[in-house]
Amino acid sequence: MIISIASGKGGTGKTTVATNLAVSVAGNARLLDCDVEEPNSHLFINPVFEDARVVTTPVPEIDETKCTLCGKCAEVCQFKAIIVLGNTVLPFENLCHSCGGCMRACPEDAISWKQRELGMIQKGRRDGLEFINGTLRIGEAMSPPLIRKVRAEAGKDGPTIIDAPPGTSCPVIAAMKGADFVLLVTEPTPFGLHDLKLALGAVRILDIPCGLVINRSDMGDEKVKEYAREESLPVLMEIPFDRRIAESYSRGELIVESMPDWKDKFIGLYRKIDAIVKQEG
Amino acid sequence: MKELVIISGKGGTGKTSLTAAFASLAKNMVLCDADVDAADLHLLMAPAIIERHDFQGGHEAVINREKCIECGLCRELCNWNAIDEEFKVSPIDCEGCGVCVYFCPEKAIDFPLKTCGEWYISETRFGSMVHARLGIAEENSGRLVALVRQQTKKLAEEKSLNLLLTDGPPGIGCPVIASLGGASAVLIVVEPTLSGKHDMLRVAELAAHFKVPAMVCVNKFDLNRDEAEAIEDLARSKNMEVLGRIPFDPVFTKAMVQGKTIFEYDPGSEACTGVKNIWNKIAERLG
Repeated sequence: MIISIASGKGGTGKTTVATNLAVSVAGNARLLDCDVEEPNSHLFINPVFEDARVVTTPVPEIDETKCTLCGKCAEVCQFKAIIVLGNTVLPFENLCHSCGGCMRACPEDAISWKQRELGMIQKGRRDGLEFINGTLRIGEAMSPPLIRKVRAEAGKDGPTIIDAPPGTSCPVIAAMKGADFVLLVTEPTPFGLHDLKLALGAVRILDIPCGLVINRSDMGDEKVKEYAREESLPVLMEIPFDRRIAESYSRGELIVESMPDWKDKFIGLYRKIDAIVKQEG
Repeated sequence: MKELVIISGKGGTGKTSLTAAFASLAKNMVLCDADVDAADLHLLMAPAIIERHDFQGGHEAVINREKCIECGLCRELCNWNAIDEEFKVSPIDCEGCGVCVYFCPEKAIDFPLKTCGEWYISETRFGSMVHARLGIAEENSGRLVALVRQQTKKLAEEKSLNLLLTDGPPGIGCPVIASLGGASAVLIVVEPTLSGKHDMLRVAELAAHFKVPAMVCVNKFDLNRDEAEAIEDLARSKNMEVLGRIPFDPVFTKAMVQGKTIFEYDPGSEACTGVKNIWNKIAERLG
């Protein structure tokens, strides 16, 4: 089962829920940190990393001895990533989406692939938990190709928990697509509610069953709960504001470590999700 | 004209609440919400929309079934597996690269422009504001960010205003890169946590990469004073000026619930004192 933890708004507690859930469930669980722009799960999991590899995407390289400046490559490219300027062809590799159009359009076979670095994927473990994260190279604009690579590491059997990036556009879609369940995390504030509506919209487009965790549930107002009722979005867990939780988070500690009675609550959360997925399936 | 962009790396550190608080202190300013993915600034600014425009972010492939002979070339060429066995294009998966359109031997694929969102020019009680809404699950947020910043600048020129105050997106990817280029300075809002520190370093490196000077302030500093101090030392070691500290104060949430800035809700609060000190320094630095 693949559970993707998402939120719309940043800083609502995705990483807190993902990491605590991952260490609480029994069996060969995996945790994938797909928030590749700002990956934080490893700070709480402290995995022993066993493997790291660089992830790249192909971009065009021009063989000027073959190029006749016909301009077909620039004509096919929708991203202005390759242009003909005077008597040379200029590829802008940062704009390239690796669609392969220019290479196929070139009648002179003058274009080959070279690799642009997207970032890195690391694998490690903590006891029975397998941990995988992606780290976007600083200056790289495109996170979805790297997110898809991390996402592809989901286990075949046993639970996989995905820590998704914030927002509601392409990076989040890449981290939610194909999941069996999306767990949305929000806070009961106007910002939290507004962004929850957007996030729920994205989940509904993908047609994935979902539920809600309300973090700092005693701050703010009641409107998130009212909205969840109207939308038949089940509230699966509430985490009240507790200075001890905030402080242990600040030190990179898991809630289930500093307050062990929370472990049963996270196991309960997993059981509720499992029951919903079985019912829907 | 000066532009201050407020960013954080990590989400939820207080960018938008701070931007709104600064807006209530700033003079001759135009506001810009560059977090188009999950825009929240309007919830505090209650903008009255004056102009509304479509944002056309790209094209989308649509197969014309009457012309299609099901040769399968499009499916073979699509790097995003966006075309299914029945030759239907999934709009969510389509990257808009146009490769299928260009190479279809029957010219059976249309490529209409897609409306991906809207952008607005509005009036607020603190001045004009340019903001946007990206459609759910859409792409090209970077281009929309670039557009709203460009329109903010244009509006400021028309009104002879000399300060752009831009609420930036979280992360370090495409929308953040689009919100940094050409800015006078960025303010990185950091929370005193391991995650906050980790993410500040990454976004600071990004700002340095694009040669935009960065300043730092620590929000909710009293949740972990040791970490706050470590962050400030680290920021200074990376040549970033530390502008000040803001305490953890429920006034932020209470003001937000009422759609107010903290200065409107409780001007005497400790948070207001912290924010005011930081703003005075920013105003001085921007000149």
